[in-house]
Amino acid sequence: MIHSLFLINHSGDIFLEKHWKSVISRSVCDYFFEVKEKAVDPENVPPVLQTPHHYLISIYRGKLFFLSVVQTEVPPLFVIEFLHRVADTFQDYFGECSEGVIKDNLVTVYELLEEMLDNGFPLATESNVLKEMIRPPNILRSVVNTLTGGSNVGDTLPTGQLSNVPWRRAGVKYTNNEAYFDIIEEIDAILDKSGTTVFAEIQGVVEACVRLTGMPDLTLSFMNPRLLDDVSFHPCVRFKRWESERVLSFIPPDGNFTLMTYHVSSQNLVAIPVYVKQSINFFETGSCGRLEITIGPKQNMGKTVEGLMVTIHMPKVVLSANLTATQGNYTYDLTTKVLVWDIGKLNPQKLPNLRGSLSMQAGAPKPEENPSLNIDLKIQQLAISGLKVSRLDMYGEKYKPFKGVKYLTKAGKFQVRT
Amino acid sequence: MSASSAFNDEKGGSSSVGEPEYGHDPASGGIFSSDYKRHDDLKEMLDSNKDSLKLEAMKRIVAMIARGKNASDLFPAVVKNVACKNIEVKKLVYVYLVRYAEEQQDLALLSISTFQRGLKDPNQLIRASALRVLSSIRVTIIVPIMMLAIKEAASDMSPYVRKTAAHAIPKLYSLDPEQKDQLIEVIEKLLADKTTLVAGSVVMAFEEVCPERIDLIHKNYRKLCNLLIDVEEWGQVVIINMLTRYARTQFLNPNINESLLEEGGGGEKTFYGSDEDEDEDEEEKEKKAEVAAMAKRKPYVMDPDHRLLLRNTKPLLQSRNAAVVMAVAQLYFHLAPKAEVGVIAKALVRLLRSHSEVQYVVLQNVATMTIKRRGMFEPYLKSFYIRSTDPTQIKVLKLEVLTNLANETNISTILREFQTYIRSMDKDFVAATIQAIGRCATNIGEVRDTCLNGLVQLLSNRDELVVAESVVVIKKLLQMQPEKHSDIIKHMAKLTDNIQVPMARASILWLIGEYCEHVPKIAPDVLRKMAKSFTNEEDIVKLQIINLAAKLYLTNSKQTKLLTQYVLNLAKYDQNYDIRDRARFIRQLIVPTEKSGALSKYAKKLFLALKPAPVLESPFKDRDHFQLGSLSHLLNAKAGGYQELPDWPEAAPDPSVRNVEVKESVPEWTKCSSREKRKEKKVEKPFYSDSEGESGPTESADSESDSASGSESGSGSEESGSGSESEESEEGSESEEEEEEEEEEKDKKKKKKELKKPVPETESEQSSEEEDRKIERKSKQRKSDSESESDEDEESESESSQSESEDSESEVEVKKKKKTAETKPPSKPVKKETKKEKKEMSLLDLDDFEPAPSPQVTPVNTFLSNSLVTDLEGLSLSDSVLSPATIAPSSALKNYELLHRITGEGLSVEYCFSRQPFSPDANMVAVQMQFTNSATSDTKNLHMEDVKLQSGMRVKEFPEIELLSAGETATAVMGIDFCDSTQAANFQLCTHTRKFFVSIQPPVGELMRPIFLTENEFKKEQGQLMGMNEITEKLTLDAKCRNEHAIVQRVTAAANLSRVPCGSDKECRFAGRTVTSSSLVLVTVATKEEGAAQLTVNCEKMVIGTMLVKDILLALTQ
Repeated sequence: MIHSLFLINHSGDIFLEKHWKSVISRSVCDYFFEVKEKAVDPENVPPVLQTPHHYLISIYRGKLFFLSVVQTEVPPLFVIEFLHRVADTFQDYFGECSEGVIKDNLVTVYELLEEMLDNGFPLATESNVLKEMIRPPNILRSVVNTLTGGSNVGDTLPTGQLSNVPWRRAGVKYTNNEAYFDIIEEIDAILDKSGTTVFAEIQGVVEACVRLTGMPDLTLSFMNPRLLDDVSFHPCVRFKRWESERVLSFIPPDGNFTLMTYHVSSQNLVAIPVYVKQSINFFETGSCGRLEITIGPKQNMGKTVEGLMVTIHMPKVVLSANLTATQGNYTYDLTTKVLVWDIGKLNPQKLPNLRGSLSMQAGAPKPEENPSLNIDLKIQQLAISGLKVSRLDMYGEKYKPFKGVKYLTKAGKFQVRT
Repeated sequence: MSASSAFNDEKGGSSSVGEPEYGHDPASGGIFSSDYKRHDDLKEMLDSNKDSLKLEAMKRIVAMIARGKNASDLFPAVVKNVACKNIEVKKLVYVYLVRYAEEQQDLALLSISTFQRGLKDPNQLIRASALRVLSSIRVTIIVPIMMLAIKEAASDMSPYVRKTAAHAIPKLYSLDPEQKDQLIEVIEKLLADKTTLVAGSVVMAFEEVCPERIDLIHKNYRKLCNLLIDVEEWGQVVIINMLTRYARTQFLNPNINESLLEEGGGGEKTFYGSDEDEDEDEEEKEKKAEVAAMAKRKPYVMDPDHRLLLRNTKPLLQSRNAAVVMAVAQLYFHLAPKAEVGVIAKALVRLLRSHSEVQYVVLQNVATMTIKRRGMFEPYLKSFYIRSTDPTQIKVLKLEVLTNLANETNISTILREFQTYIRSMDKDFVAATIQAIGRCATNIGEVRDTCLNGLVQLLSNRDELVVAESVVVIKKLLQMQPEKHSDIIKHMAKLTDNIQVPMARASILWLIGEYCEHVPKIAPDVLRKMAKSFTNEEDIVKLQIINLAAKLYLTNSKQTKLLTQYVLNLAKYDQNYDIRDRARFIRQLIVPTEKSGALSKYAKKLFLALKPAPVLESPFKDRDHFQLGSLSHLLNAKAGGYQELPDWPEAAPDPSVRNVEVKESVPEWTKCSSREKRKEKKVEKPFYSDSEGESGPTESADSESDSASGSESGSGSEESGSGSESEESEEGSESEEEEEEEEEEKDKKKKKKELKKPVPETESEQSSEEEDRKIERKSKQRKSDSESESDEDEESESESSQSESEDSESEVEVKKKKKTAETKPPSKPVKKETKKEKKEMSLLDLDDFEPAPSPQVTPVNTFLSNSLVTDLEGLSLSDSVLSPATIAPSSALKNYELLHRITGEGLSVEYCFSRQPFSPDANMVAVQMQFTNSATSDTKNLHMEDVKLQSGMRVKEFPEIELLSAGETATAVMGIDFCDSTQAANFQLCTHTRKFFVSIQPPVGELMRPIFLTENEFKKEQGQLMGMNEITEKLTLDAKCRNEHAIVQRVTAAANLSRVPCGSDKECRFAGRTVTSSSLVLVTVATKEEGAAQLTVNCEKMVIGTMLVKDILLALTQ
């Protein structure tokens, strides 16, 4: 299956290599570099490449390429999914997944990779199991370690790997038992020039932070589970119960995890919380253009829209922007040609407005396409789909946990075409 | 503030390893010397006695390896530390060893003995890791050692070690392919493994070593299907892909009728397309008629195993792992009936929200699917709309999908979308959009003109690329109906002045040449211009100029003769030989000379023949002959190791190969072969479909095999258990199709409602899945308190964790059995219960064969169990039996079934723990076995053989029974030393003709013997067993068990203890010692008002204690 892994930074240096079978020379990456040169954007490097003797499957995460080498037929998604899992694990262990952090924790990283794959086949990818074997670095432990000469390899044997609940550590203990659930919904939408919705749907995710002693068995039920169109679960969720009763019944992993993701499709009318009035014009003569954007609240169920931000990728010919914003600040990055207007809280009494002129390269023809606007926003304490948790029950343990549910609506891929 | 500085400290402190380059260390001086020195001091550190120094050195070395630096010269120094006590050093040494062993084979051999020792370690994790490293060392000399180790590990009792063995198989295979035959044997053995832990890994090994040996799967097929949902996600992917291939070889095409229809209607489809061939034609037609007739005669019925696969994979569409979702999607695409494939669309669309790499792969597959099954994705059209922020490769793929989805009804929406795309800044994407428009136009006649107009407008676009692409597409479109569009051709002729893109210029020239009679005035003029610029054109354009000249010469030689000759002369001296050749060829063809051949007569026909319009096809057409989701599919080329997806067989191979032999597969609880059962069920369909797919017999068997996989919480086994149950119910109604299923669904729902009532009072419970789960859940609630404690214990006793975890597994198993026995008839009169529960196991099985729907006791049964009860009562010394007034549910000696009479071919064996001291050996538990021969013939030479025991356990066999004539019963006593664990004792029960695998597993309460203590002694002993050794639970007593007497009854029934006299009437005390180690077991039940009570168990052996608490708790609360 997976033969080798190379970690490559943005500028094309291989800073880590790991082989699970016999060693493959790093020159195999040259094919990859060739393609990478050709692709303007790192995002446009095809994830699967064919070389004379190998296949290269890569992902791009956090400005790093995770490049794996395979020699025989293997489902590409299998490898891609695994590489993302590796990146997730790094994130989980070190707080971020970047070159610096990986270099700083090279040995831990190497030990992790060793445990995650055996002969190229995934062995332990569950974060709870890994943490039992290799403890994540933390300040206190490293101080203790330096004093006592201890190590960050768990000296207890990872029994979690043997259990049938591999995602949960054994013998978890907390003084404060708490279970928090964040229901985060993202609105994916495309609005056309006139403001009508071309396409809209809601992508939701239930993020959980569970710190409970022992082996709790939780049941989370919703007021309106029929709302959900499509769901996917963490392996801990008992699918049959969802099928029959529409409740989430599970023994949670310890710590943070994504319990489920769901999808509310456009069939149920998706409420769009804001409207955008815009006009962007480039003039044929005088190499300049005009821009005016106004944003106002639409259906937001009485909650305030916060963190409002508009991002516009301007055509290459736009040199500078001379604008005035009634609220918030705008910045125009000359090199990337990105205009960002950070509005903040939306005040329904006084609608934020951005207007002014754009100056373009002299002599250049006017761009044919108006750039589309990407909108970011946040609404606290609201799940825009109307999903509500009705209750959370715990079985199997006797203490009373603190429970909490938080709702948040965000803009996902929210685009206004102009 | 302080935190951040501390963090920095930590970075510097903990990992000087992480320091990127030692060469850059100013202290280490010049490059060359430092290199030498560095290794020297590393060697020194490795040789030191301090673990911390060793660790430091190893960390540095591993960091070097990670960065790709060569550290091979340290090999001897490192290998010395392979037996180091420090676990982290050891791990790092392993890392090093695996990396360099191949290069330093001789030195690597030094380490082998360490691993060989590790393979014998009592701890399963150490055994596993030793095997893992040993098998990763790629040194050919040790192949025999590896082989031996793998073979041994494959029959290890720990599933984790067996999993590691499965992993080691492909490693050995790649090292020495000669070992294949032996490895296949191991694979075969491991495939039969029932634990989820092993399943994924062994199938992976199977795929790498012997994917062609599909016959190995037969016997394991159903098991794999049923285990699937509990296998870890990576294993799921491998298993699903393998099963897809398997199903293609074993089952019939579910769409066979439809594809026949299609072919009949479509006429010229592939298979019967050779109509021109006269000879074959007849034959084919005959065959076709035959097949069609056959199809009519015998409507397609899906093999129940096929259905099983589809049903058990479906829930995995909800997996969070994209690879699993994709695997299921391709399975459905390749195997499911047309009507059912649709379910995968939603899941695949969901993946589009994932990382862009995932999107890329998924879109490729969706693109292939949309060509064959467009309808499937139509409802999700909008999910493929493109955002300006998508990477180009994603955009292009989405475009492909949108184009494939276009049809008469949605084309207007799609075109409107395309319109916005055309204005994108991403020019590659625009070009792709134009291509897409062209394809829509060719495929959908209604919009051809609209598209063409749109494209013509694009010709005035400022971007040359856009124009060029439009020209190319327009050219293709015009070919379809050129006569209507001479004005477009004229317009394009004008473009030759401006467009520089060679492909576009070539296209225009070709168009003008081809349709020169539509533009008779312009064409010569264009040629004139082209002749002028001929030398500066690209090759492709030059060729088209020659072409144009030739065509014009043939139609309009008056005007163009000279021009043509000029062009041909220029071409004659061109640098490119293609062009020279072409020129020579064309001159011979069109310019009549005296010696010109016969061909020139046909020149006009040759050049001006009507050319068929091109068909614009998706590049994804025909990709589906590769298995979807595979690397080969993605690359559209066969990757190494790719296994072709076979075509459906014409006739299904024998389905009975998948039947599992009873005695081999199910050692303990009996199960009649499912085939047999299915037949039975068919006969009694009306009854069984009414009582919705009853599946008692396998339930016990299945849950059994599941719990063998060690579910601590029961959650896993719950699911797979119920999965297999639904299989059964389905099998009951096999030939019925969806409606039936739906009905079933409804039934189940109804059922569910009933079950919401707190007490499951239904007698006809037989395992609708919800119900089963309900019961499980409840019991879980009840027992989970104590369970969690056992977990803690496990943690604290990490050394013995191995055996312990096994304990708790099997204990759950026992528990489950009890539960099924006990929860069911709570409202029945007490007296009857004993019988009931004894019947339980056999009843379920018998039901299967009996037409009567009520669970009434059949004569045979009553007889059997009655006689057993009386027998047992006679045998038992327990006081509970002597007080018949209050026989609580579990107070009599419980009978367990060892061998069911159906499996045993007439011989049935039950056993109970007689609680009498086993005289030959005081450390053994006496097990009373009762043999009943209900067959028509005599059974001879009953004895036991091949006893398989966990380490430390011993068995004293029962004396051989020479003869057991038909209809008779006999009893025998054997002794087992269980070593104070609830591990099962497995052995073979042999008669003169047959052997049966059986196993005996003791409830924890039977692992002790009563002792007499006085109250004072009791208190004293209890005082010494405090803290960790004491387990206390609060409980509410069952309504029927609130008096002292009842409590004593129940406790003594649950555990073999004796009562300790006690002054207080609020407390009951019991004492005993475990049989093997004579550890004290003290139990106290203190009652309070209103049924509240507190149970305290003091026991040196914490595992025994925890398990006992659970059992007693159960006995008291029910």
